[in-house]
Amino acid sequence: MALASRLSIVRPNGSNKRLLRDAHGRTRAEEAAVRQKLMTAEAVVAELRSGMTIGIGGWGSRRKPMSLIRAICRSDLTDLTIVSYGGPDVGLLLAAGRVRKLVYGFVSLDSIPLEPHFRAARQSGAIEVAEYDEGMLHWGLYAAACRLPFLPTRAGLGSDVLQVNPGLRTVRSPYDDEELLAVPALRLDAALVHASRADPHGNAQFLGPDPYFDDLFCMAADRAYLSCEKVVPTPELTASAPVQTLRIQRWMVAGVVEAPRGAHFTSCDPDYGRDEWFQREYANAAADPAAWAVFRASYLDHDEAGYHAAVASGRAAATAAS
Amino acid sequence: MTGRLVAGDSAAGGSVVPVATRAEVCAVACAEAWRGDGEILASPIGVIPTIGARLARATFEPDLLLTDGEAMLGQGTWAIGGQPEVIEGWLPYRAIFVLIYNGTRHVMMIPSQIDPHGNVNISAIGDFSRPRAALLGVRGAPGNTVNHPTSYWVPRHTARIFVARVDMVSGVGYDRAARAGVAASRYHELRRVVSNLGVFDFASPDRSMRLVSVHPGVAVDEVRAATGFDLIVPADVPQTREPSAEELALIRSVIDPRGNRSAEVPQ
Repeated sequence: MALASRLSIVRPNGSNKRLLRDAHGRTRAEEAAVRQKLMTAEAVVAELRSGMTIGIGGWGSRRKPMSLIRAICRSDLTDLTIVSYGGPDVGLLLAAGRVRKLVYGFVSLDSIPLEPHFRAARQSGAIEVAEYDEGMLHWGLYAAACRLPFLPTRAGLGSDVLQVNPGLRTVRSPYDDEELLAVPALRLDAALVHASRADPHGNAQFLGPDPYFDDLFCMAADRAYLSCEKVVPTPELTASAPVQTLRIQRWMVAGVVEAPRGAHFTSCDPDYGRDEWFQREYANAAADPAAWAVFRASYLDHDEAGYHAAVASGRAAATAAS
Repeated sequence: MTGRLVAGDSAAGGSVVPVATRAEVCAVACAEAWRGDGEILASPIGVIPTIGARLARATFEPDLLLTDGEAMLGQGTWAIGGQPEVIEGWLPYRAIFVLIYNGTRHVMMIPSQIDPHGNVNISAIGDFSRPRAALLGVRGAPGNTVNHPTSYWVPRHTARIFVARVDMVSGVGYDRAARAGVAASRYHELRRVVSNLGVFDFASPDRSMRLVSVHPGVAVDEVRAATGFDLIVPADVPQTREPSAEELALIRSVIDPRGNRSAEVPQ
């Protein structure tokens, strides 16, 4: 093995116990001391502060860190600025009154195009917004990840994105006559993402069709917290999947939370698809305050285990009724 | 099922081509949007444009690239709700963005409002700061329209959608692109607008919307009445072409065997 060839065998003083040393003189025992970052969702929330700018990975109603979002909804955090390719993550935070400002390209439940809580918040003028082109959001995160003040693009030019975001500026190309939009870096205090698998150090894997922009969210943030379906020993990450699925590396991650079905009710392919039944329940309830109070009491006023138990019994009741 | 004899076929034994539904005429009109595009990504939004894109590739535009609606490029012709049998590439969102900036795409989007110059709103109806109806958000419309060809599909043509002025310019029209300068206008191109009533383009001297054809059974006055601004209407307005027998067979048996098209455009 390539690894073995880089290791030399040493015998410490008088001991006949053999230790493996790598090229940096580090023993296996020391290697095992690489930082462990396992923590609970509650511990993640305890590291967040009201008023922070928080980026959320995933896309629409796909692979959202919903267990972390639910934990925030149970906390007393408030006045958050949320940056997201928005789905029910945004909806739940709006419904819980946690959001002061929203930075987004869209908010949608995918199979249900319009997000009811987002619509209500926009229509009541309850929140401040920065509505960007999807590609501008990408560029803002990429600029932040690269520690650049901005990145130039055509996206947004000519549209009312410039009118509704009067702080946006254009920049003249030093090489020709083009005047481009300068997308400001979207620096985040914290990022929350959900992965298929991760090791305890924060190396994380996506097994679905699209990594979305989760790595950029992590790199744009001072501290990134990652939930995952399953925590596995590092060698297992590449035992049955190509190394290219390891999109997030431990240097990007401050904390790892094991959260089976943590993306529910959004999709987390291939482990599970979107829970379309529950999403319809959510959207129907969200369109009416009285129905939402019932929904919240039934499903959300619990810890994470209680949430999943309530979903299971709700589904059983719905199946029995049909 | 109603049917009609195709000229020349009756003598050969009465091969009957069923009359196309409005949804099928619309699907073919959408397919025509991608004619001549070659090896670019066709990105249809909605059922009828999706049928149209797959139909275009299955017939007159074989080099088009199509996604499975998620992150895979697929070969062959597959049904609405189905999956391609052969995957020929991986196109996650971040790769789509680069492809957009590269100009290798022609999208067909669904506007909530569209004006005579092709400015389109999908963001919010009313005052943006406190809209009467919040919609999706601008999504990729600003970037799409200034980077590569764009067409639009309107399943229900009304004067509430075809408006003199849109409330929030999400997709950029010809007047706004020109005013924003060369960076916005050099790759800007609106190809066509297909509605359930007719086909429209911007091939007029001031780049404002022109009626290209009306679908079979639609009168020009009906289009005028359902449009909230003055359309440019030529003296002679042709009829949108009807689907061929081959196209109808592909739509009915291969691309949309479950008939999802009639939910988007009822007959």
